[in-house]
Amino acid sequence: MAFIPHTPADVEAMLSAIGVSSIEQLFDEIPASLRVKSLDGVPVGLNEMQIGRLMSERARADGRPLCFIGAGAYEHHIPSAVWAITTRGEFYSAYTPYQAEASQGTLQLIYEYQSMMASLTAMDVSNASLYDGASAVAEASLMAVRANRKSKSLRVLVPRAVNPLYRRVAVATAGNQGLRFEDVPYSPDSGVTPVDALKKYEGEDITALVIQQPNFFGQLEDVDALTDWAHARGIFVIAVVNPTSLALLRPPGEWGSNGKGADIVVGDGQPLGVPLSSGGPYFGFMTTRMEYVRQMPGRIVGRTVDLSGRDGFTLTLQAREQHIRRAKATSNICTNQGLLVTAATIYMSLMGPAGLERTAAASHSRARELVVALTAVKGVRRAFAGPFFHESVLLFDRPVAPILTSLAGQGILGGLDLAELYPELGYALLVCATETKTQSDINSYVTALGEAVQAVRAA
Amino acid sequence: MSNVPPELQYTKTHEWVRTLADGTVEIGITDHAQQALGDLVFVEVPEGGRTVAVGEPSAVVESVKAASDVYSPIAGEVTLGNPALAAEPEAVNNDPYGKGWLMRLRPTKGAATAELMSAADYLKLLQTEAA
Repeated sequence: MAFIPHTPADVEAMLSAIGVSSIEQLFDEIPASLRVKSLDGVPVGLNEMQIGRLMSERARADGRPLCFIGAGAYEHHIPSAVWAITTRGEFYSAYTPYQAEASQGTLQLIYEYQSMMASLTAMDVSNASLYDGASAVAEASLMAVRANRKSKSLRVLVPRAVNPLYRRVAVATAGNQGLRFEDVPYSPDSGVTPVDALKKYEGEDITALVIQQPNFFGQLEDVDALTDWAHARGIFVIAVVNPTSLALLRPPGEWGSNGKGADIVVGDGQPLGVPLSSGGPYFGFMTTRMEYVRQMPGRIVGRTVDLSGRDGFTLTLQAREQHIRRAKATSNICTNQGLLVTAATIYMSLMGPAGLERTAAASHSRARELVVALTAVKGVRRAFAGPFFHESVLLFDRPVAPILTSLAGQGILGGLDLAELYPELGYALLVCATETKTQSDINSYVTALGEAVQAVRAA
Repeated sequence: MSNVPPELQYTKTHEWVRTLADGTVEIGITDHAQQALGDLVFVEVPEGGRTVAVGEPSAVVESVKAASDVYSPIAGEVTLGNPALAAEPEAVNNDPYGKGWLMRLRPTKGAATAELMSAADYLKLLQTEAA
């Protein structure tokens, strides 16, 4: 069955109206060298019955492992009501509808979402969401170039303790627009970015500094010192934060000794009611201060009144969006994630500030218990000293990969092997526990790890 | 019909230029341009000290419908962006040749400028565009 509403006669009529002989001819503008002739490795189509069966088999193969992997996506309990409401027909669309103002309910939901994110991050204004956390870092960097008018360099400092996948996406997205992303080392003792590491940039024109809190290792950065250093030099602060952690940690809008706070705040919204789901879809969020709102990419829903004085919602600041400003829009590559934002808004409504705080506190407690329990296993110790939120790096006296394979055989996903991303750490594993892990889960991991470590010969 | 003061010079892209006594120039958008844009809600002016080239987008005027670039007709160093427009963008609508000026700059000596028109020629251009 082809889900295309146009009959061959319709297509013919449309082509002849514009004086083109075939649909293929519409793509003539793309040079032949750039055209893909065939898709290698893409199998032939399957019918609905076949694909349904294949996917069920694949889903079964996933099993229900006990997951201790974080590294940017976190397993949290999602109240059943979240997706029951999100998948109602009235909400079940990935995008803001065309003729957006005809869908007041959708706009109100996005408005509530924006209010919640602005409040959570302690910033003035939020957009309607972005694609994911990684692309949000790229967009924030591009926005900093537009908004930080004192800087001409297009140089963005990205500490190595920032999620390396976020850096990779930022380079892929913004690297060709002249932005340069430069590494800042982390302290081998504490796993955080020391202000001393920034000294070499004194007196240079830098556009923005990215600060991730908690950082990729789960460690807590000295955000006040880093923010003060940047602001004293006219450098924008791009905060990358985990929304769950904000229920406990000071929000980026209040970072710095003068409380001026970050300039742009981004992150991945997945922890707010979005299942891990093999890596996506998730959504990115972005908030900023009112003075930079016109440089913020994406759409914003505003509250207003209609002719009769009744409350209503409308898309606002559209003059900077691509359907009006074309190539000069604030972004031509961003999108919002309406459905996932719907889930996040309902999740936050159901949890409330107190519920979110309990979730964050329980996750922190479980992670501490996990680290204490795992480091009691012979040959396992913490990589870094200092406080962490809900994940931490462990060092082993032997390679991590075979240990993880052994754990997986017992239904446990033991964490993320850092060998490829941070080879200098040696045999390092990033582990995470959230409120979903019980004492008995942690015990199971410890027992399995003891056996797995024994089975792998020490290096 | 829009107001075209005879003492100013004009560009095809609807900017006006006024030469001040100290040799700097003041730049804004014409009455015709502000009418076409409609009510402005935001104006972004360049910071003092910035160097601009001929034809470089140097300011942005934003109405509820569109955000448009303003091109510098002259190369030079910006001495001042109109600070009053941040709070009062409607000055560009109400007084485009006065309080609604966008920026002042010190022309680079010997640098090329965009083709500037007299008021009479600019009026002709408007008549041609309207026809």
